[in-house]
Amino acid sequence: MDISLKNVEYRYQADSPFERLAISDVSIDVPSGTYLAVIGHTGSGKSTVLQHLNALLKPTKGSVLIGSREIKAGRKEKNLKGVREKVGIVFQFPEHQLFEETVEKDIMFGPMNFGVTEKEAKARARSAINLVGLPEEILEKSPFDLSGGQMRRVAIAGVLAMEPEVIVLDEPTAGLDPRGRKEIMDLFYSLHKKRNLSTVLVTHSMEDAARYADDIVVMHQGKVFTKGTPEQIFSDPKALLELGLDVPEVVGLQLKIEEAFNTKFSKISLSEEELAEMVAELMEGGGPK
Amino acid sequence: MMEKMIFGRYVPGDSILHRMDPRSKLIIVFLFVIVVFIANNVLTYGVLAAYTLIMVSLSRIPLRFLYGGLKPVFFLVIFTFLLHIFMTKEGDVIFELGWLQIYEEGLRQGIFISLRFLLLILITSLLTLTTTPIEITDGLETLLNPLKKLKFPVHELALMMSISLRFIPTLMQETDKIMKAQTARGVEYNSGPIKDRIKAIVPLLIPLFISSFKRAEELAVAMEARGYKGGEGRTKYRLLTWGMPDTMMILFLAAVTVLLIVLRG
Repeated sequence: MDISLKNVEYRYQADSPFERLAISDVSIDVPSGTYLAVIGHTGSGKSTVLQHLNALLKPTKGSVLIGSREIKAGRKEKNLKGVREKVGIVFQFPEHQLFEETVEKDIMFGPMNFGVTEKEAKARARSAINLVGLPEEILEKSPFDLSGGQMRRVAIAGVLAMEPEVIVLDEPTAGLDPRGRKEIMDLFYSLHKKRNLSTVLVTHSMEDAARYADDIVVMHQGKVFTKGTPEQIFSDPKALLELGLDVPEVVGLQLKIEEAFNTKFSKISLSEEELAEMVAELMEGGGPK
Repeated sequence: MMEKMIFGRYVPGDSILHRMDPRSKLIIVFLFVIVVFIANNVLTYGVLAAYTLIMVSLSRIPLRFLYGGLKPVFFLVIFTFLLHIFMTKEGDVIFELGWLQIYEEGLRQGIFISLRFLLLILITSLLTLTTTPIEITDGLETLLNPLKKLKFPVHELALMMSISLRFIPTLMQETDKIMKAQTARGVEYNSGPIKDRIKAIVPLLIPLFISSFKRAEELAVAMEARGYKGGEGRTKYRLLTWGMPDTMMILFLAAVTVLLIVLRG
């Protein structure tokens, strides 16, 4: 399912003394099956963009096309369930949305809202809990007896059990330890690959954006600053640094090597392995001149 | 979704109401709540409404914003109106339709009481719209100070108040956030049958309760860690200053009160 934002503008609390322009003239395409990362500083409008992807916010100008459904500014929209079923959102700190008596019921909540039978929902809960790497025994427990990391996984399982076609992630690993971070990010990446799940990742982590994304959108002060492949985005580190954003560590290291040895590699490396190979090649060729 | 609410919200500004001492504003609101009950005919209600409108215009709060924020309350006002219209059975019957009878007194009462209600809401909203929560509590604490002699925990009360006022916006934000998260999981808050909408409150309230308790505990720990011991020996960073406008405003309300007593039927 394709999603595309066309010249979207959104004002919070329009027509009040608190009116605030959050994003303007934002056009982003998320074709089916892509992994898109949205990066930007705090307050750059990333989260506002994200909420347009399943019509939680309706643009105050412009339009959003979600599959075949068009959400246009200034029109009353009814019956958005169909859209929400296909686009799952994992919010920041999703564990705050848990409320049921047992983990199983909480995971079943989403699917049942969309009309899935109880039996099917139970089966989905079982497979979702396996997917996020938790033991099945946990299904019988209260979500409030779990550790923070486990709660996060249960909440994610609740969204995955809806079996969406597009998954939107708002800093899904904020506050997790490094190992939990990597496991969760790898999980989403493998789902993206296996199920051809379109993925939109809103993140502060340049590492994650570089490692997983096909495309990157850089937001700045409510506008799309630039978009492109990770190679394109990170080949101009100066522009990013001016926005107060960082480049992935490996890109930083490459720049330092280039500076120290007064040389230039043929491309930007997005992983340690890539950089190591390029350095090895350089050394084999007799080292930098 | 909750962003239109104006209760307990402060709109920064530089109007005369903004610059007044919180003590005088509190006194005026307190007196107004009593004075409202003096009115009992068209003329006196007219005076009250005029007074309220003057205050609203002095505050320079955009009318459109005030109207939008009061919309949720209109339901209550209309409910009060209907209750009086159907429950009061005095005076002449002015309208009859089958078993439904509307009496003259009922209509009168309905209009007056819902107007009274609306004016009270307007004046109290003006207080919170033009006064920061901290000013309100500072003012209240000073006003209640004499009660300390009777061992009344004035400072603690003021602290409780400022904490609850402080957390209203936080709670609103959190409500909005959880509502959105549950909406994304297929809950519908703005459409669908009433039965489903009532059921939809559970997945909203439970997370809110849990996070509120957590926050209360964290706040208590943070206060203790910073050595909070209560009111004794505490000095104030903000000092309250009573000025000419404060005296004038109170005198103005007193004049209105006298007028009301004279015009009272």
